[in-house]
Amino acid sequence: MESLSVNPASADIASGDSVAPILSISGITKRFGSLAANQNISLSLHTGEIVALLGENGAGKTTLMNILFGHYRADSGTIEAFGEPLEQHSPEDALKRGIGMVHQHFTLADNLSVLDNIMLGTESLWQPFSRRSVARKRLQQIMQDAGLNVNIDSPVRDLTVGERQRVEILKALYRNVRILILDEPTAVLTPQEVDDLFVLLRSMASRGLAIIIISHKLHEVLAISDRVVVLRGGEVVGNAETATVDRNQLAEMIVGRAVERPCVEARPAGEEILALRAVTVRDRATHRIILSNIDLQVRSHEIVGVAGVSGNGQAVLASVLSGLCTPDEGEFLLQGETLKKPSPRLLTSKGLARIPEDRHTDGVVSEMSLWENLLLDELGQEPVWRMGMVLDRRTARQQACQLIDEYDVRCHNEEQPVGLLSGGNMQKLILARNLARDPDVILANQPTRGLDEGAIATVHSLLIDARNRGAGILLITEDLDELLRLSDRVVVMHDGHMSESLPGAGLTPRELGLRMSGAFDNNAT
Amino acid sequence: MRLELRESVPWWLSLAAPIMAIALSLLLASLLIIWAGESIIDAFRMMAIGAFGSTFALTETLSRAIPLTLTGLAAAIAFRARFYNIGAEGQLYCGALAATLVGTGLMDLNAFWMIPLLFVAGALAGGCALLLPWYLKTRLSVDEVVTTLLLNFVILLLVSYALEGPLRDPMSMGWPQAAPIIDAGVLPALVPRTRLHAGLYVALAAAIVLWLLLRFSVFGFSVKALGLNSNAARHAGIPATRTLFWVAMLSGALAGAAGVSEVAGLKGYLTLDLSPGFGYTGIAVAMLANLHPLGVVLSATFLAGISVGADSMGRALGVPSYIADIMVASAVLSVLIGLMLSRYRVRR
Repeated sequence: MESLSVNPASADIASGDSVAPILSISGITKRFGSLAANQNISLSLHTGEIVALLGENGAGKTTLMNILFGHYRADSGTIEAFGEPLEQHSPEDALKRGIGMVHQHFTLADNLSVLDNIMLGTESLWQPFSRRSVARKRLQQIMQDAGLNVNIDSPVRDLTVGERQRVEILKALYRNVRILILDEPTAVLTPQEVDDLFVLLRSMASRGLAIIIISHKLHEVLAISDRVVVLRGGEVVGNAETATVDRNQLAEMIVGRAVERPCVEARPAGEEILALRAVTVRDRATHRIILSNIDLQVRSHEIVGVAGVSGNGQAVLASVLSGLCTPDEGEFLLQGETLKKPSPRLLTSKGLARIPEDRHTDGVVSEMSLWENLLLDELGQEPVWRMGMVLDRRTARQQACQLIDEYDVRCHNEEQPVGLLSGGNMQKLILARNLARDPDVILANQPTRGLDEGAIATVHSLLIDARNRGAGILLITEDLDELLRLSDRVVVMHDGHMSESLPGAGLTPRELGLRMSGAFDNNAT
Repeated sequence: MRLELRESVPWWLSLAAPIMAIALSLLLASLLIIWAGESIIDAFRMMAIGAFGSTFALTETLSRAIPLTLTGLAAAIAFRARFYNIGAEGQLYCGALAATLVGTGLMDLNAFWMIPLLFVAGALAGGCALLLPWYLKTRLSVDEVVTTLLLNFVILLLVSYALEGPLRDPMSMGWPQAAPIIDAGVLPALVPRTRLHAGLYVALAAAIVLWLLLRFSVFGFSVKALGLNSNAARHAGIPATRTLFWVAMLSGALAGAAGVSEVAGLKGYLTLDLSPGFGYTGIAVAMLANLHPLGVVLSATFLAGISVGADSMGRALGVPSYIADIMVASAVLSVLIGLMLSRYRVRR
């Protein structure tokens, strides 16, 4: 019942080796064919401890979690939870033992209330009535204990992203979870919401909850965790008290070599190449204004960063600029020319390149080969298309091989389907396709989402190179670190409105965070 | 259990799928033959002889393969673009109707002009039959499976009306059939005293042209990208609506051409039983060929052989010839499974 007060004394006990861990994973090995996804991994977790699990994509974090939850069987090694071995278990068993997970993508039913979402699946199907009043009381008790507040009667669709995350955490607590695993919990939050989340996690940990955070964001890991465990290539390469390591050491452990994200050097911007003047877009079905009176200017030799919590109009802005959505009012100018009815193809021919937000669904055709994907943007261009019509497969392959080399896309060969590439290599392929034609404007929408440190550095330096060669770049991102490092100017979006542009130099995350919650926006509700 | 994309599909594996499918369907048919109390060897021998064993059998099989190739191509091009045209049957009748309108005395040209004219008219009519489904799909996202399927019945009733009324041949003694195609419009026979006609060349040429188009043209590339991931294709600037328009026109045109070749080549006049479901079987033909235009020719010949062979087996042994339908259905099902296994790896 009282999930958080399992061991009230534990809050006072430091998480030293003297106390037996509540979760100990030892010697876990898992192979997929010739690939060792997990190799002799050991990890322990104590009551009240927050451990950060770090690693690049493919380092084995997901595999380890899948083994812990019983989705996969380990080839060797043991898991012990609360002193008892956990083997041949199912995800339900893991949950029964008190291990719960909050996934990056929430699993909530929008149309149900918070209470219903939390009760979903906890009651026996044989009982004739749902015991809502009992559940409500228990939930209120849990919220009070955890210092966590959500209106449990409002439907989930009315909640902010931060609140939804709290509902997910509540869901785990309601199921008596004593070990909580959070997968990339800050990916969708504003800086302020991140702070709130961390306060909450701290207070829950001090009440005896053990927490594992899976994350990419080093500064957040440093801020919240007691201990960090770093995976690389399926092995534990680092296990340290957080207080004893710094950001650069962590980054080096993760990648295996020193990485430095590149920075932009200030330089004067050139002429205007892309502009939006008073652009307004209404939702087709509801006629609600989703992009309101946007003025935006991108000049050559500059990167303009667009900050904002996701869902505040960035997606619509991107689809206007990629030609997928025609504005209801206002002007769209490219290279000084007003475009009446922009289409993706017209924009490409006028020197615009775009890196779509979701590379799997919008960026590549995963069942097509690498060389075919490299052709997508410019069908009918010489020399690959002879006379603009007939595909010359040999030239296309040769051209693809050159690009693959030049952009260092790691693959078996150019015939391989793109779906098998890692996220970073897929993104490099998309960049290769877009940058090879030396575009004048680049629309980069979340260009490093989900990429690991090494790939992020590559993407950043490719973008900076393009800017130094004279391209104007519009960078839409939720990663504030990326935004501040790359942007010459920053604009903030909130509820379909856009702020005045701010110079990128000297801007702090806190200032940005305030604007992201709408402080600039007089029309915000 | 989950499926993983293979890095590359070895050539023997992509051939294994249809062969496994055929083996499985023969196995299933054998069980039915045993159930019917006949010897499997006799039955399959009769079937093979009936389909390929003599000049007559071969020409019968080939002339049945002509409309199946054309409707199979119609399905293949449409399905590749994820435009699920289930209405080839209706478009076939549209083509036949157009050929009847143009070819029964409206004008008198020599064969050199008349035959191409019939095909152009039929192809146009077949393509136009898909205009409405195309418009509804691209503008209002109405599912084309529903619209194309339902249009079949509308078109069939229209043909029925025409045959009972305005187009009924006065010489038909009351039967619902149209006047015969004039001599200049009739497709010449390829083998004397058989039903095999010059439609064979049309079907073969259509398959080759479609293959070249899909493999080497901008249009073919757009169709492929659009079919596999329409979002990415749209983002990259491939015009979805326009490409789908040409897919619809081409698909309908091929089915319409099947109708023309049946009217002007095989039957000579339009009746309501012109097609024993060629439009629907065309989908099976395309599936069995993994939507490959040249494969369509082979699979159409194979399926035509099975149905012609099963007829003669039925006559000789008294095993019901419906066994052909079962073989076709089981072959399509198992080829779909086989293709999935050849493209994906099963992982635990």
